[in-house]
Amino acid sequence: MKLTKVFAIVPILAMSLLVSCGVKDADIQAKVTETLKAVPGVSAEVKDGVLTLSGNVPDDAAKTAAETAVKAEKGVKSVVNNITVTPATPAAAAPITISPDEVLTKAVVDATKDYPGVTAAVKDGVISLKGTLTVDKWKRLKMSLDALSPKKVDASGISIAK
Amino acid sequence: MLQEKYKELIDSAQSSGVAQLQVQEIDNVLHIEGEAPSGAVKDQLWDIYNKIDPNFLTGDLVLNVNVATAVEGSKVKVVTDSSNLNIRKGPGTDQPIVGKAAHDEVITLVNKSNDQWWLVRTNDGEEGYSYAQYLQPVE
Repeated sequence: MKLTKVFAIVPILAMSLLVSCGVKDADIQAKVTETLKAVPGVSAEVKDGVLTLSGNVPDDAAKTAAETAVKAEKGVKSVVNNITVTPATPAAAAPITISPDEVLTKAVVDATKDYPGVTAAVKDGVISLKGTLTVDKWKRLKMSLDALSPKKVDASGISIAK
Repeated sequence: MLQEKYKELIDSAQSSGVAQLQVQEIDNVLHIEGEAPSGAVKDQLWDIYNKIDPNFLTGDLVLNVNVATAVEGSKVKVVTDSSNLNIRKGPGTDQPIVGKAAHDEVITLVNKSNDQWWLVRTNDGEEGYSYAQYLQPVE
């Protein structure tokens, strides 16, 4: 009999405690949600004054910061920090992309227009050249062709005029 | 190993602040790409290239470095050999010529959404596309 009474009292006690605190879960939730806007990727859930943090952040500092930011909130009894940490991987360097033949073919026509006596062919990303020109002109043409992102500029047919 | 052959070039690109630098060997051709902080840095890289591979004839390097100072709205100089530079209606030599800029003239770079063909405006207000290789940022 006594035990039953105790059990009956516990919820009443708990409820009265909550009431005495005067802060409802919903109010805590609202405030904490506002506070956590400063920590992207983290969300919180409040139940009976116990705050559970979840989400994913790039480092431990952010995880701790999120907990610190909400711990002091009125009505929060304890914080369960379930935030996971995934370090940001450095952005993978974009690999070199080779222009497709149809793009190269058109661009090579433009690039070689001012070099009479030079002919160019494009196949499988390789620009093959034939002709004779001065070293200055060849340098400028090579700059133009390299800027087209070819796989290779085959200059075996180029002779440098003295 | 091509990275070894062109080590001086790669080192220079790194130390002179070439941004988004990419160095990759594909089928026995070394590709070096990036954005040089100035035209002088680009020239220096091409000088080193010429030193390692005289007259750029081996065909084992594609050096694709553009110049970061060529930004929209900036001034560019026409660096043709001696002739006028064609300004065309669209990006391509198949496009009609709508104007010309004189050798050594300084004009305005309007837009470089096309890498090879920059939209430019002359001091007379003529606007159209010119081949980027003949335009050099004024620094």
